[in-house]
Amino acid sequence: MEQRLVNTWRMTVNEKKFIESALESELRIDGRRPFDYRRVTIKFGRFAILREDGSSEVQLGQTHVMSFVTSQLVQPYRDRPNEGTLSVFTEFSPMADPSFEVGCPSESAVELGRIIDRGLRESRAVDTESLCVVAGKWVWSIRIDLHILDNGGNLVDAANIAALAALLTFRRPECTLGGDDGQEVIMHPPEAHWVSNHHVREPLSLTIHHLPIAVTFAFIGDENMVIDPTHHEEAVMGGRMSVTLNSNGEVCAVQKAGQGVMQSVVMQCLRIVSVKAGDVTSKIKTAVESYNTERALKMVKRHAPPSKAVDVSEPGQKAKQILEGQKLKSEECSVSQSDDMDVDQVHTYIHALKELTHLRGDVFLVSKDPYSEGVNTDELKATLASCGSVAVPMKLVNLGDSIRDETKSDEPLSDVNPVSSSTDSAGKETRCC
Amino acid sequence: MEYVNPEGLRLDGRRPMEMRQLRAEIGVVSRADGSAAFEMGNTKVIAAVYGPREVQNRSQQMNDQALVRCEYSMANFSTGDRRRKTKGDRRSTEISLVIRQTMEACICQHLMPRSQIDIYVQVLQADGGTRSACINAATLALADAGIPMRDLVTSCSAGYLNSTPLLDLNYLEDSAGGADVTVGILPKMDKVTLLQMDAKLPMDIFENVMQLAVEGCKAVESYIREFAILLKKKMGPGYATAILSKNGGSKS
Repeated sequence: MEQRLVNTWRMTVNEKKFIESALESELRIDGRRPFDYRRVTIKFGRFAILREDGSSEVQLGQTHVMSFVTSQLVQPYRDRPNEGTLSVFTEFSPMADPSFEVGCPSESAVELGRIIDRGLRESRAVDTESLCVVAGKWVWSIRIDLHILDNGGNLVDAANIAALAALLTFRRPECTLGGDDGQEVIMHPPEAHWVSNHHVREPLSLTIHHLPIAVTFAFIGDENMVIDPTHHEEAVMGGRMSVTLNSNGEVCAVQKAGQGVMQSVVMQCLRIVSVKAGDVTSKIKTAVESYNTERALKMVKRHAPPSKAVDVSEPGQKAKQILEGQKLKSEECSVSQSDDMDVDQVHTYIHALKELTHLRGDVFLVSKDPYSEGVNTDELKATLASCGSVAVPMKLVNLGDSIRDETKSDEPLSDVNPVSSSTDSAGKETRCC
Repeated sequence: MEYVNPEGLRLDGRRPMEMRQLRAEIGVVSRADGSAAFEMGNTKVIAAVYGPREVQNRSQQMNDQALVRCEYSMANFSTGDRRRKTKGDRRSTEISLVIRQTMEACICQHLMPRSQIDIYVQVLQADGGTRSACINAATLALADAGIPMRDLVTSCSAGYLNSTPLLDLNYLEDSAGGADVTVGILPKMDKVTLLQMDAKLPMDIFENVMQLAVEGCKAVESYIREFAILLKKKMGPGYATAILSKNGGSKS
């Protein structure tokens, strides 16, 4: 159907007939059954040099999609003065498929962007009102870039998962209003920066109300349909339908054209999608959760100067003790480092800590950073130096070790395998199947 | 905002299940092989079909079927606000693609190998449902050009506002942010070929709204058929056989 471009790879009649006739007996060329989904792998934070948050890489069978979310302060649209904006851009790399050409986006690239855009924006999945800084003046503009690295079929689903994963891990810098007239926007850097003298604040993640999951069907021959078509099946199909559904069973977007199907078949597809969407949602959530855990761990480690051991035995007392510790330390800090210390920041760390204790069950606080043995000391020094002006109240270390041990023992159960190397920030990878 | 008042009337005075007035005209572009104008209330579009003719770009030629191309454009004066739309923006590219795929589903492409059919649709007045109106106009224009078709394609939209399913949304209702379901059907085969949907709807309500849109498509179909019968009387028995034949055309 789409095979109309110059460099298009064309399938032989025999191959087409084979796919069609095999489907008659519910067989697909890659060994799946008609309603089996391919394996999804989600990776995060591959661009540590630029920024870790808000990037994802999704592998769906052979299909490989990369997504990157960025933000910028812009003027809002005149008809929506108090809403941020969200836009989707697609890039079909010519190396991904012989039919992708260099230059302006092709029809299918535009369609892909529009399907994902509709699923996210029209269903109000991302809370755009919380992206407003000054109504009518400054709002955050969120841009999702989707790069197709390898086309193994079903780009819509893969790109949709990539976009969601990137949005879920994206964090924008916090900004407040200040200045003489109270209208000046002050950006708070996520880390202490020598050019900025503003308070350091933890960047904020987006408010996402629900996850619209796209699931694609291909209609092959007169009767047959398959879920998650490969590029071979896409070359044979007469029509395609992409349904975007969230886990509440609400239809967020539908795109279907080409070969006609009965209305009852459409509804049957929708019911199948509601099951599949649940699976995919949980996969994305597990992946994002383990990424966040790791991120929190790293934050704690990075900002942790060596300190005395505090042994926490009872979970109930934990938070209390920590809080007390925080207060003490924050007072200390405010004395020693002027007013660089921020109450909000303390809360952020307490929050991170709570998350960890919640995840872990019990926490051991030790006197010496045991990581320093396995860590490049120069690098560590540099990190500490760069955080020098950040008053960090946390005296927590060695959370990673214990958590890592536990996850290992859980591995067969959870399927999630955070490759947690404390120093190698690029190596975060979560695998689910 | 109240889109359905307590008396059960919509902003333009229609009932929730009522369509706007339909009007069709054929032969509006003299140089084209087939052309049609289609109006749904204040939405007005024209479609022109050229072909089957020789393939312009040889590399696109297909040896087993005809190449179908489609271009959708909106006139600058078609909307209320004076906005200069760049040609080939993302929205019109997508609509062009969708119309092309929909028309491909009904054209007997295998009967015209190594040839090309061009469909041009232009929106003159936009008041919601331009996509549907374009598909209806394109069907008529294809029939006017005498291109063999399996069936008519008719299209209609439906929405859901104030917890009421509404048929054939106008611009105000369309931009209200509620759901918007555009359906295109092949009436004789009773199959859905085009299905597009925005916004968020629970599945059971979606089914109702889609059903309503399908009913709308059937109403459009009966209008187009009546129109074609009238034309046939005027133009002679050979006219528009593709869309009037009882057996549903030839199937591939």
